[in-house]
Amino acid sequence: MLRLEKRPNPSKTWAYMAPVLAVFATMIGGGIMFAVLGKDPFEAIRTIFYDPLFSEFAWYYRPQLLVKGAPLIMIAIGLSMGFRAGIWNIGAEGQYIIGAICGAGVALAVYPAQSAFIFPTMIFFGALGGFVWAMIPAILKTRFGTNEILVSLMLVYVAEQLLASMSLGLLKNPEGFGFPGSRNLQQYASAHNAELWTGTGIHMGVMFAFIAVIFAYVLLARHQMGFHIRLTGESPKAAKFAGVNPKRLVVYCLGFSGALAGLAGMFEVSGPSGQISIDFNVGYGFTAIIVAFLGRLHPIGILLAGLLMALTYIGGEIAQSSLGLPSAAIQAFQGMLLFFLLALDMLTNFKLKLASAGSHP
Amino acid sequence: MDLSSISPTLLVASLMVAATPILLASIGELVVEKSGVLNLGVEGMMIIGAIAGFAAAVGTGSPIIGFLCAALGGAALSLVFALLTQFFLSNQVATGLALTLFGLGLSALMGQSYIGIKPPASAKLGLPIISDIPILGPVLFSHDITVYVALALVAGVWWFLKYTRGGLILRAVGESHDAAHALGYKVVKVRIMAIMFGGACAGLGGAALSLVRVPQWTEGMTAGAGWIALAIVVFASWKPARVLLGAYLFGGVAVLQLNLQAAGVSIPVEYLSMSPYLITIIVLVVMSAHRNKAALNAPAALGRAFHASR
Repeated sequence: MLRLEKRPNPSKTWAYMAPVLAVFATMIGGGIMFAVLGKDPFEAIRTIFYDPLFSEFAWYYRPQLLVKGAPLIMIAIGLSMGFRAGIWNIGAEGQYIIGAICGAGVALAVYPAQSAFIFPTMIFFGALGGFVWAMIPAILKTRFGTNEILVSLMLVYVAEQLLASMSLGLLKNPEGFGFPGSRNLQQYASAHNAELWTGTGIHMGVMFAFIAVIFAYVLLARHQMGFHIRLTGESPKAAKFAGVNPKRLVVYCLGFSGALAGLAGMFEVSGPSGQISIDFNVGYGFTAIIVAFLGRLHPIGILLAGLLMALTYIGGEIAQSSLGLPSAAIQAFQGMLLFFLLALDMLTNFKLKLASAGSHP
Repeated sequence: MDLSSISPTLLVASLMVAATPILLASIGELVVEKSGVLNLGVEGMMIIGAIAGFAAAVGTGSPIIGFLCAALGGAALSLVFALLTQFFLSNQVATGLALTLFGLGLSALMGQSYIGIKPPASAKLGLPIISDIPILGPVLFSHDITVYVALALVAGVWWFLKYTRGGLILRAVGESHDAAHALGYKVVKVRIMAIMFGGACAGLGGAALSLVRVPQWTEGMTAGAGWIALAIVVFASWKPARVLLGAYLFGGVAVLQLNLQAAGVSIPVEYLSMSPYLITIIVLVVMSAHRNKAALNAPAALGRAFHASR
């Protein structure tokens, strides 16, 4: 019989190995799923993980890696702070939507004025929108002790309805021939989150994602706030004795993640997506949860995990057009990854021991 | 706007149908949480149940087989949760989220060829005479069988938790797994059974949505119903009878806002559609504001992993 034995300290090796093994296990599990769907599993896995990077058209896909990775990384960095401290913001999708609405709202309000101040103002209001939306669960939690998981999630559905209302009403393009959706910000120079260098995929949001990674790294490693976050996660009792204010931590963590999610939404709506529309959000806020865990809640890990997850998005799109793989297959594939990761995580904290039946009465 | 077009009789009658999916899911989750496990994957299990039930019912032409397959589907997915949290000791919050994300993806994958199909109609309670009583008949006695199954399930769970030895063991495990373990109860076994019961109930709830309430299959059709079910368990302070109250309350809100939409009230449709979610938040706030009362009744070992270190 196999038996679990708790390690005195979490294993460093396994902490690094578990995500890598989980990715391989998902390739096998996903391969089986694709085979069941009647696709060649080897071809599907190659299309998802290899083709975006090294195929004939990789020049087109590689920049996409940054475009799709940036929002994931930005949101996941924010979420990881809270997750470390046991504060579960799972409504990043809603904060992302509100950030986009606020950011785009600023631009559409001053249209067609051209000014260098418009884009920075949009950035500010994008972050503010996400921050305010995240403050709702934060204040309800600190004030009334309401469960932040349920409230932040409920607010996703509220935000989705608000988005529908905005794209059909207030922010609808008056010259859009009655179609739902706002003006396209890509055609509005002052508000367009354009590529900084043509062909690289690097826009302002990508820069912000990198800054967020560095900021989070410094915060966790060097700042007292980061210490408080880590302490609360590892030992709430010790944190209490050390004088950590749990309520302030809730506000900081939710506010930080909300602002980052809002920023991600704002950069998306003013750049790659271009307009507020009913189906503007594509689930980055939820996928970022997987990214945060896959990256071990560590900034550098999240950077790598975000890029990997972006790869599955792009590869999934390629597989959709070339192999006819349904888009939902990729969503299931990403969910599977989180399962394998959580299962393999056990090896970080526990040792597997072979126990003979007689040795333990 | 014409509010007189809303008939109170029909409102109450459709309230019971609208509440049934949430009622089924929350009574299952109540049992899971009573055993000390927090499964946030209700939404995922519900939607798997919705598509599994729909596919089976369309394939066989029998709604009964559909419901059975929905329960099996929900239970099968919950088994993954049970395996990860009980044997691999993974974080219950993260695993529940994974279950929801995976369930939403897998259901969309399974449901591709079922979009736009009508399922076979399931049997309605057709009692002679009683179902024809004016007002009471349509309100209480002529619904789909699922409505009554859900009610029976609530009564069954109440009786099980309150009056049986098994219920006592389940509650003991949920209050203090160490004490229950010391008394010789199989903590992990009890919890796995509770998790699977919760999964089966969530699956049934999903099928009630796709086969009775809507009835058709659309991607992501649960639209947060699983999360509302979780909120109802908190609202009910882990008491079966109050789960019933909570589910009917939310069913009422859902039906009322649909009726108001149809009656052409001057509030935009999107804001009416928000109302069930906003009311969930308000109810959660009200419940947690009197936190002593609510917190006293929460299972003490809720969400804590159990590992028997000899």
